[in-house]
Amino acid sequence: MSMINEDQDRHKVFGRRALMLGCAKIALLSTLVGRLYYLQVIEGEKYKTLAEDNRISLRLLPPERGKILDRFGTPLADNRDNYRVVIVREQTPDIAETLRRLGQLIPITGSDRRRIERDMKRKRAFVPVTVKENLSWSQVASIEALIGDLPGISIDRGNTRDYPYGADMAHVLGYVASVSEKDLNGDPLLELPGFRIGKNGIEKLHDDALRGSAGTKEVEINAYGREIRELRRQEGTSGKEIILTLDAGLQTFVHQRLLSEQSAAAVVMDIENGDVLALGSIPSFDPAAFNLGLSSKQWSSLINNPMFPLTNKAIAGLYAPGSTFKMLVALAAMEEGIGAHSHTVYCNGFTRLGNARFHCWKRGGHGRMNLIESLQHSCDIYYYDVSRRIGINKIAAMANRLGLGQPVGLDLPGEKGGVIPTRAWKEANIGEPWQVGETLIASIGQGYVLATPLQLAVMTARLASGGKKVVPRLARGYREGNRRVAYPVPEFEDLGLNPEHLRMVFQGMDEVVNNPRGTAYRARIREEGWEMAGKTGTSQVRRITLAERQAGVFRNEDLPWRRRDHALFVGFAPMHKPRYACAVIVEHGGSGSKVAGPICSDILREVQRRRSAELQPFPLNEDASPREDDNDGEEA
Amino acid sequence: MPVKVHPGSRGAIVGHKHENMSLLQKLLQINWGLVLLVLTLSGIGLGMLYSAANGNFDPWASRQAVRLAGGCIIMLVVALVDIRFWFKCSYLFYFGALILLIGVEVMGSVGMGAKRWINLGVIQLQPSELMKIAIVMALARYFHGVSAENIRRPLMLIVPLLMVAAPSVLVLKQPDLGTTVLLIMASGAVFFCAGVRLWKFVLVAVAGMAAIPVGWQFLKPYQQNRVLTFLDPEKDPLGTGYNIIQSKIALGSGGVSGKGFLQGTQSHLNFLPEKQTDFIFTMLAEEFGMIGALALLGIYILVLIYGMAISARARNQYARLLALGLTTNLFLYVFINMAMVMGLVPVVGVPLPLISYGGTVMLTILIGIGLVMSAWVHRDIRIPRHGVVEGA
Repeated sequence: MSMINEDQDRHKVFGRRALMLGCAKIALLSTLVGRLYYLQVIEGEKYKTLAEDNRISLRLLPPERGKILDRFGTPLADNRDNYRVVIVREQTPDIAETLRRLGQLIPITGSDRRRIERDMKRKRAFVPVTVKENLSWSQVASIEALIGDLPGISIDRGNTRDYPYGADMAHVLGYVASVSEKDLNGDPLLELPGFRIGKNGIEKLHDDALRGSAGTKEVEINAYGREIRELRRQEGTSGKEIILTLDAGLQTFVHQRLLSEQSAAAVVMDIENGDVLALGSIPSFDPAAFNLGLSSKQWSSLINNPMFPLTNKAIAGLYAPGSTFKMLVALAAMEEGIGAHSHTVYCNGFTRLGNARFHCWKRGGHGRMNLIESLQHSCDIYYYDVSRRIGINKIAAMANRLGLGQPVGLDLPGEKGGVIPTRAWKEANIGEPWQVGETLIASIGQGYVLATPLQLAVMTARLASGGKKVVPRLARGYREGNRRVAYPVPEFEDLGLNPEHLRMVFQGMDEVVNNPRGTAYRARIREEGWEMAGKTGTSQVRRITLAERQAGVFRNEDLPWRRRDHALFVGFAPMHKPRYACAVIVEHGGSGSKVAGPICSDILREVQRRRSAELQPFPLNEDASPREDDNDGEEA
Repeated sequence: MPVKVHPGSRGAIVGHKHENMSLLQKLLQINWGLVLLVLTLSGIGLGMLYSAANGNFDPWASRQAVRLAGGCIIMLVVALVDIRFWFKCSYLFYFGALILLIGVEVMGSVGMGAKRWINLGVIQLQPSELMKIAIVMALARYFHGVSAENIRRPLMLIVPLLMVAAPSVLVLKQPDLGTTVLLIMASGAVFFCAGVRLWKFVLVAVAGMAAIPVGWQFLKPYQQNRVLTFLDPEKDPLGTGYNIIQSKIALGSGGVSGKGFLQGTQSHLNFLPEKQTDFIFTMLAEEFGMIGALALLGIYILVLIYGMAISARARNQYARLLALGLTTNLFLYVFINMAMVMGLVPVVGVPLPLISYGGTVMLTILIGIGLVMSAWVHRDIRIPRHGVVEGA
């Protein structure tokens, strides 16, 4: 059987070849075993680490921002629960229908819908998209009740910065807003979505302390970044609470009082320790708007407002101090031996210097004036006379001692230094030699002289304290956990002013307010023991031409607002035991005595009323461990 | 593992008896050990698909179980059909598969960026998978008719080479590099065991090396990428290299004993791509470690030994070459898939037989094993070299 024989040959060949093939297969499979051994045993640990790295993600937990409290512990900047309703795309079978049902419970506008659609397209399917923020409690309750019919909808509790005093405090506290590109400094916290940092005021200055430190959580994530579960959590530390020197009640009073004008600023401080009790600037703005994000319309209306609502005029508004400058000219003169009891000047309404005439504000003049009378009546001619004798540099030196011409160092960003001109200053900045006439102009706080309301308040405080170098401050201390720490109250150095000279200035300021013929008699404080001493100021913002002077100077009421004089007043109280200093400026207010004086008077009366009401500042430098006498039952 | 040889199966008389076996006799002849191994592998596959769906039978395990049940019945039916029937139909099947392949080229729908599927109304079919069986059947039939002397003549190789070249070109055009490699290598094994001279293989290997630069031009950009990525996976860790890096991390992190069933972090957190198909071995190795991976490999080796032993035992060249070609086919699936997920060869898209999710592949593998079993059931049947089988 040849077929069988032949097949046996082929069978033999096949057997040999199949064996070779089998050996090849075994060899190849052995490489697989070797590879498995290499990957799983030799390199196993390395790959285990890599798998953990894949799986575990470290996420930051944003710390709670520290509160800002007033001197009594009243929260000025707080954190509020922000209830948001969010929708998760992948859990919502019919987004349009779900939003329609939700729309029956809370208002959802067309622009909300467009934003939701846009966010949903951008974000991954499991990332919640905010439908509506800042829900009221009843809205939250109504959604919760029907949550079963709203697939993919949930209520999310976020945190938002709340400013209970709103615009009253906006200039001091500043505001928080989203982190911008230039704020990024490598701190990963700043890169968290929705994180807010202080952008102005106390919020900015104390941002590091208020921010706290981030906690972390380790979460297991999948390849798409979705959190599967939390593995470990380390809570961060909340920010420190900053305790300010401000008195929230007084601040509100000051702000409301200023609102009787269009554009004004006021500073009240405690001359004993430099505590700024109130610092107002109007118009103001709503700090919450920055937190939520301004529309471009809101932003341009803030930016283009001619009254600069974003500028804190109390520290950054520069004004010619006008007659409020006269006290320090008087002091400078007395230090030069001029002016004390003996020196008198006859005022006939103007004085000549070469061909120029320098007018007193009072047409026809005041007659003969001594130093005290010159303050009482705010006679300009007296100061033209003494300033000519002592020169601009002596005036500038005294102004600098009293805090003008450079920032006084308040702990608030954006403080301006103002201008106190000297001969050298003019050479350097204008490039022309100093003119004697400019000394005369400067002596009544006009011309180049510029100061902030804060500086005028500090000047007043330094006078009222009997010549102490009072430095203002806004932060009293901070609270960290249960520990309250006070910043040390500085010991103010003595400015070396002659007490007798100061007494004469005080007497002049007393006459201004409390003498029926003084310029601010109508603004006096009548309560016994609370009396105020002060000085009016009215600073021109226009040049009065010779023709106008001959025709009769326009009354402020007849001028357009922008051309009216600035009204100023500085004062302190109580007169016989000075404690509080205040400076008020009303832009284009017209008259210092009629407009700024009454405001200052009201403020100084209010600050004393509040003191007599025995309000105790928040105790500092002690452990505020939970007190046992926190009466729980009393509220009922 | 030695093949159990039935005590009564030796000798011409018994052989004669085998030519007309009853259905019951055939059923008894079926190698139930091999069936058990197939079921074990499929069971492991279902478990892994359950795990791949994070502990759910849907969407993969349940559907795969239905296909498995159908596939096993088909496998047994194929095993019981007389080997002479398969012999006669070999060319028919080959041309059928070839026409389907051409059909894919003409009207096939596009899936996963490659034309691989053809819609036959009721089922979606991957003709390239069917071709893996058909090519082995056709080559076995061809070489069955070539005598030991004639096999030395180069002219005799022209027809089988064309038989391999036609489907290879079509599959490469789809483009499906993995299947092309599988087709060519399985065919090579049949050529080799049919007795084609060794130097001819060396010649082809050298020619093949020389052709690499030319062939490179014909590869699609994604295929070129896969090869480049294989050479240096870290080059593009988030792009084309991502799969293989994550696969190695998953495998390596499994360690010796694994992370436990359903506990594979890489696979369950979706770092591992295609974990229900091509990368299912990675998931198994992550969850059951080296022990599990070696156990699976062991079962495959047992199946391969069965196949090789059956081919060695058959009394006709057709059955020998058929069983050997199909066993080699299975070996290539296993080896290429495992080597691919371990980063030993480029990612070419070859599934793990009986484990990976996919209907056509499972059907092909089960039909292939069915044919190997048929070669065993009908091992003593002789078929004349010139193919005329009397009385069949």
